[in-house]
Amino acid sequence: MTTILARDTMTQAQTLADTSATTGALGYSWLMIALPLASAAILLLGGRRVDPWGHWLGLATPLASFVLALVGLFALLDRTPAEREVVVQVYEWLSVGTFSVDVSLLLDPLSISFALLITGVGSLIHIYSVGYMAEDPGRRRFFAYLNLFLAAMLLLVLADNYALLFIGWEGVGLASYLLIGFWQYKPSAAVAAKKAFLINRVGDIGLLVALMVMFAALGSVTFEAVHASAGEAGTTMMTVLGLLLLLAACGKSAQLPLQAWLLDAMEGPTPVSALIHAATMVTAGVYLIVRSGPIFELAPAAQLTVAIVGAATMLAGAIIGCAKDDIKKALAGSTMSQIGMMVLAAGLGPVGYAYAIAHLLTHGFFKAGLFLGAGSVMHGMHDEVNMRRFGGLRSAMPITFATFGLGYLAIIGFPFLSGWWTKEGIIAAAFGYGVDAVDGGAVTGPVLGSLTLLVAGLTAFYMSRIMFLTFFGTRRWDADVHPHESPGSMTWPMILLAVGSVALGAVLVFGYRFAEFLQPATGAEVATFDLAAMLTDPIALAALAVMVLGVALAWYRYGRTDAQVPREQPPGTVVTVAARNDLYGDAVNETLFERPGQVLTRAAVTVDEKVVDGAVHGVAASVAGSSRALSRTQTGFGRSYALTMLLGAAVVVTAMLAVLAG
Amino acid sequence: MNPISESPELMLATVISAGETAAFWVLGSIAVLAALGVVLLRKAVHSAIMLALVMTILAVFYGIHQAPFLMVVQIVVYTGAVLMLFLFVLMLVGVSSADSLTETIRGQRVLSAVVAACFLGALAIGLTRVRLGAPQGLDAGTAEAGGNVPWVALEVFHRYVIAFEATGALLIVAVLGALILAHQERRRRNSQRDQSRARIRGDHPTPLPGPGTYARHNAIDAPALLPDGSVAKLSINPILAAREEQPPEAPEVTGGSDEAHDALDQQPGQHTGEQDTDQRNTGTERGED
Amino acid sequence: MDPMNYILLAAVLFTIGAVGVLVRRNAIIVFMCVELMLNACNLAFVSFARMHGTIEGQIVAFFVMVVAAAEVVVGLAIIMQIFRTRRSASIDDASLLKH
Repeated sequence: MTTILARDTMTQAQTLADTSATTGALGYSWLMIALPLASAAILLLGGRRVDPWGHWLGLATPLASFVLALVGLFALLDRTPAEREVVVQVYEWLSVGTFSVDVSLLLDPLSISFALLITGVGSLIHIYSVGYMAEDPGRRRFFAYLNLFLAAMLLLVLADNYALLFIGWEGVGLASYLLIGFWQYKPSAAVAAKKAFLINRVGDIGLLVALMVMFAALGSVTFEAVHASAGEAGTTMMTVLGLLLLLAACGKSAQLPLQAWLLDAMEGPTPVSALIHAATMVTAGVYLIVRSGPIFELAPAAQLTVAIVGAATMLAGAIIGCAKDDIKKALAGSTMSQIGMMVLAAGLGPVGYAYAIAHLLTHGFFKAGLFLGAGSVMHGMHDEVNMRRFGGLRSAMPITFATFGLGYLAIIGFPFLSGWWTKEGIIAAAFGYGVDAVDGGAVTGPVLGSLTLLVAGLTAFYMSRIMFLTFFGTRRWDADVHPHESPGSMTWPMILLAVGSVALGAVLVFGYRFAEFLQPATGAEVATFDLAAMLTDPIALAALAVMVLGVALAWYRYGRTDAQVPREQPPGTVVTVAARNDLYGDAVNETLFERPGQVLTRAAVTVDEKVVDGAVHGVAASVAGSSRALSRTQTGFGRSYALTMLLGAAVVVTAMLAVLAG
Repeated sequence: MNPISESPELMLATVISAGETAAFWVLGSIAVLAALGVVLLRKAVHSAIMLALVMTILAVFYGIHQAPFLMVVQIVVYTGAVLMLFLFVLMLVGVSSADSLTETIRGQRVLSAVVAACFLGALAIGLTRVRLGAPQGLDAGTAEAGGNVPWVALEVFHRYVIAFEATGALLIVAVLGALILAHQERRRRNSQRDQSRARIRGDHPTPLPGPGTYARHNAIDAPALLPDGSVAKLSINPILAAREEQPPEAPEVTGGSDEAHDALDQQPGQHTGEQDTDQRNTGTERGED
Repeated sequence: MDPMNYILLAAVLFTIGAVGVLVRRNAIIVFMCVELMLNACNLAFVSFARMHGTIEGQIVAFFVMVVAAAEVVVGLAIIMQIFRTRRSASIDDASLLKH
């Protein structure tokens, strides 16, 4: 990894002003985090009196951060590719002996890409939320949490060390918890928030332990130092570290086996689902894996595990997505699947990093667009989420239909739309995995590739199913529902996201510009771009074929004019029922962790009551008993005490006698 | 400074005379008996007198021990002042001048006797093992100082002057303390107006019933009878009640209802029931039953 | 006669006084017994002064008398006060040490 850091010229004691001087406009990048954070503080502390203008403040700060991110992007583009890695030291956070952690930001192509995605999509979703949450009395609080999330997420991706990243990591977890449980009066929302928080904690432990391992084994937690000295610690240590980081990534990105929270997280308001649980936070695991690339490079076993976990999640998410009738849960299954694909790509090594990130960015746009579309549908349908009650909405909600349709085409990989560009790359990279390897690698690649291909087909199927069920076919909605188009504040973000869904993939992948841009961060070799080869590649053709197959199957089941879609859920096959139940993820968790945990707790309680309390009470009782016996001598009569005195005097005299006689 | 300690062998000649021995045995026996009397006699006044006897005998012993100054102090201060103070207090406390000898703390007496016996036995064993020989006497020192009193004065105002000053301070403090403890705030004397107001506001606007009202005779210790024939306790002077004077005899019933008759019969009966045993002796006993 | 007899007499008087303190309940008599004990001590002091041919014993006895006088004054005042408030001079009534 080529790391030429502006930090080399800096000293610890440098002030912010000096930093700004050396890093130019990038010196102000800390404002990107500080502005939403300050806004969140104002909105939360201000109380009701900021209600009238609170959401405008909450909207202004992400836009400002977006502008700052754009400025940062251009500042980076101004530099030569080798210099596009700038550390902005804000202040020294903690210093213990030789170990010190700075609050400093790392601006490189990877982090600025993420910052742009977060602030860009985030701003659009803030705009959308102004309309979507207009009727909600807690809108100010909602914007405060959204701003808090933005600040934490930006801290996560801009941090230049794992400790600071961890702060952001926890911050987004907190914001996610607060936002999933935003309607906390709904028991389902409260439970979902708690579930998300708890499962995230499992992953967080992985990151925390990884931090400790880094400090113990490498003596530092900055990306630069850890990656530079990663080779010295040995493969075993790197494998441990890699698996711990994978655990963290699994928790945050809802990968198997920590996937159970994401589907329930749809209890939150739809903009939250779009921003946090589709576009940004759930991709933090991918970011972590890509950022920690040098560690995984040295631990092939951990890297392969990443790929396998990604593949399994990808498949599980797709299957779940095929069976869900709740439009948001179907999209959530899709999110799981797509992130699994990104994790798989990240597990392929440097060759997959660029595709993983590119797919992450395009996915951020089209999945956010899809979620906002779903929210718009719900908005028009009196918060109905069951797709079996939709149908034929394309005439009632033309803009939503158009934007949703563009996002749909993007995600299924319709040629030349965003998803196609990035997904093709991942499939190709998966097939190409380990072709040079002598032993198992030769098998692994085709297996992973085939799975990716299968999931591409499944994606086409379930997304078409959503599309057909929602916008085509007969109108199955309730009599008192009058679908209508959403207001402009909601449609404009959808339109902008749809534009991104259409064009972003081409912008990023055409000519491998993004891969080149990312090259300092990922360290991957960039191949020469050949559009003709891409189009004629058998793998690409196969992907196209499965996509058409998936769409056709969905059309046959749900899209035909004479297709019957019952308003109630029909009994399904074993696989369907399993998928409707999230592949029994909750049951597995309950059997493996919850029940033994309860037994353990009960045993601990018993031990506490019988042994610990017994000992404590026994000691107390014996003390009390002896005290009671002693207190009988305390009659309160002065004469009794005088008698004791005389007895003492007699004893003294006798003792003196004994001593003198002896 | 002390001439005796410089030449002790000169003084060894002092021998206890036969007269002193006789005086010791006679007076010592009386003193022990009197001390026992202090402990055993029931009435506090008797105890005080016995104590005076012990102190006087001790004064005599002081005289024998060549301490004329202390002899005088013993008689004047102890027998005179301190014991008079005791008697004054006894007089003020009044009804409690006699003391019950029943024991209320279980085992206190037996234990006291046993422990005291042990104590005395241990002391006696220890003391009888000591052989001091003939007393050295104080003649030489007395002669040198020009008398017992000058000698005591010499010591008190030279070697023990600080202790002496301290006792002075102690006495002052004791006097002030006694003043504060014994002092009672004199209340403002109520005017007739205040008294009438208080009476109207109080429980009894009317005068309390006099003794003997509606009873057979109007002796001061005969309680008045209420219209229903029961006894009006308010009619008896509280001082008389406190002293537990003989309760009024039941008047002979010559008339009135049966109820009144019963009430009159009951009342003295209750009193006589309470008055047997030693409880009548002292008001202090009441709380202990 | 052995001069130790005086000391023995003092010991006897002291013990009788102690027993009196232990068995009597009337605070005034208890006080008298305390005085008896003090006097027994004084007898021992004065006897020792004669035996050793020094004046110190008499001086100490003198101080004991002074202190005893002060003690009696304060003690009797306290008894008076207790009697006034509790209408009793029994020391067992003042068994507030228990609680």
